[in-house]
Amino acid sequence: MRPVIPYVTAALLFGLGVYGVLRRRNAVLVLMAVELMLNAVNLILVTADTTVRAALPHSGQVFALFVIVLAAAEIGVGLAIVLQLYRLRASVTVDDVPLTEAPAGVAADRGEGEK
Amino acid sequence: MTGADVLLLALGAVAVGAGALVVGTRHLVRAGLWLVVCLGALAGDYLVLSAELVAWVQVLIYVGAVVVLLLFAVMLTRAPIGPSDDLDRPGWPAALIGAGSGLGLAVLLVDAFRWSRVDLPAAGTAERLGEQVFRSWVLPFEVLSVLLLAALVGAVVLSRPDIGRPGGTPPGGPAGAVEPPRPVVAADEGGRA
Repeated sequence: MRPVIPYVTAALLFGLGVYGVLRRRNAVLVLMAVELMLNAVNLILVTADTTVRAALPHSGQVFALFVIVLAAAEIGVGLAIVLQLYRLRASVTVDDVPLTEAPAGVAADRGEGEK
Repeated sequence: MTGADVLLLALGAVAVGAGALVVGTRHLVRAGLWLVVCLGALAGDYLVLSAELVAWVQVLIYVGAVVVLLLFAVMLTRAPIGPSDDLDRPGWPAALIGAGSGLGLAVLLVDAFRWSRVDLPAAGTAERLGEQVFRSWVLPFEVLSVLLLAALVGAVVLSRPDIGRPGGTPPGGPAGAVEPPRPVVAADEGGRA
């Protein structure tokens, strides 16, 4: 087995993920590109597990399992945030999110709560 | 070139091609479906690399759960059927950075490994991996279970509009059922409705 083949595959997938995160405007598509990057890292971990003789056998595959669990947690919280954004602004375009001021609905709610 | 190399090349080409379509297509739903192809090809890669358990977990969790969640999100945000023109921002910087990081990493890894050859180790079956997880990696495993719980609670809090609303009753819902924990949650989540 030539380890360079899966390594190069993983590097190209990671580049595609970076490109997708920077290029896409739809938040769901940004999350899909993040999944591509996470999978590239997983492929590197599994390939390193076969090529590098570590003190603990199969630690690379154990790490890949951990990364899969982290990705599942990330996608759950990320999609909850995206759906909340859609509920607030009726759009999931990341360019339209104002970073400096709260949208009107949030400001009104916060004002109510402080009374 | 052995059979494993040919399989790895073919599956890697499928994965990279499907990944390019995920970040390139103008149909939202098709991006999710190409993601299935990409993740499935990666699961095949794991099988060739003798990581059996990781391959099946990949199929179960990624293809089974994550992609379904993403497709749900696509539908819940009322994605248009058919091509949409406003998915991308004009992206020379994105292409430059993406190609730079991908090709840079590829050059680095090619330079590190050349055309060397290794023998595949013993297959990572569920028995061997479970032995490792529950012997050497018990603490990270338990911490991950706490993290999953935290993520679950966080997702529930985020997606219920009545929890973050300080002092108010849920709009249209029965009041009083979650009265005791509300001040704590409201203090944490006060900035978000």
